[in-house]
Amino acid sequence: MTAQGDVADHQWVDDHAGPVVRPYAVTGGRARPVTGTFDLISLVTATRADVAPEVGLGPEHLAIVGLCQRMLSVAEVAAHLDLPVGTVRVLLGDLVARNLVQIREPNTTVGLPDHSIFEAVINGLRAL
Amino acid sequence: MDYGHSERSSGATVLPTAIKILVAGSFGVGKTTLVGAVSETRPLRTEEVLTESGVGIDDLAGVEAKQTTTVAMDFGRITISDDLVLYLFGTPGQDRFSFVWDELALGAIGAVVLADTRRLADCFPSIDYFEGRGTPFLVAVNCFDGARRYRLDEVQAALNLDPGVPVLLCDARQRESVKEVLITLVEHAMKVRYARRTE
Repeated sequence: MTAQGDVADHQWVDDHAGPVVRPYAVTGGRARPVTGTFDLISLVTATRADVAPEVGLGPEHLAIVGLCQRMLSVAEVAAHLDLPVGTVRVLLGDLVARNLVQIREPNTTVGLPDHSIFEAVINGLRAL
Repeated sequence: MDYGHSERSSGATVLPTAIKILVAGSFGVGKTTLVGAVSETRPLRTEEVLTESGVGIDDLAGVEAKQTTTVAMDFGRITISDDLVLYLFGTPGQDRFSFVWDELALGAIGAVVLADTRRLADCFPSIDYFEGRGTPFLVAVNCFDGARRYRLDEVQAALNLDPGVPVLLCDARQRESVKEVLITLVEHAMKVRYARRTE
């Protein structure tokens, strides 16, 4: 667990032991978010620079707000926190419900990308 | 690298867009290497739980027959501009490919099927899947050192591909080579979309 706010005193197992907490323990056993669907490439941005600990928010929630000071995809948030995507979706649902993060869903549900996006991608790749 | 801006200097809010490209292929074919060759960060790993519906079994009317499979994916990111980010997801190929990847393929603008000529049959499930879904794809033959080189038309014939599907050789370790693969894919995807739109 790499979430900020972990108390080092209690860390009696090192990283090599693998995860010692079952994936949905950090969500209080909830497997589905209270709101939202969260595609892997939905983009997450924190709405505040900092959040004080409050009831109902765990260290993982706070870690997401910290990470998403810059725009990150759901997949990136999961990878950085070393948590399964399903777990992260639940945490994000909590944060959306408290208006602590903004989610930008990909265009894919409303239709195909338009011509200008294809061209921007091609030009962007050429410029790499 | 500064890509955290959500506003332009004019003050108007830019709605950022993320798009994804899948990189499919069997274990060890070089998917993560390909992603890493162009990604601005080292490839990240995440786990997704996918729902497998009971496709292929008839008389399922009204029956909830779903199983879940956990799949590990390596992915990378290319920031095209302040408001456009491209993600590349390496998706492990497997026999049950076609049943578990629907959630991943949703909204992907295209797919790279990475092939190894020593085990060409390994990419059949990926090709069948993308053909069936109508996802634009191309086949990139990763040229492993020591692998026998085949001509592209031989690969095309062996895979029984539609003549319109691009087939090219690549070196998944080389950034320029991978760039060429991705540009060819996006150009192909654009062509396919326009052909469909005018049908």
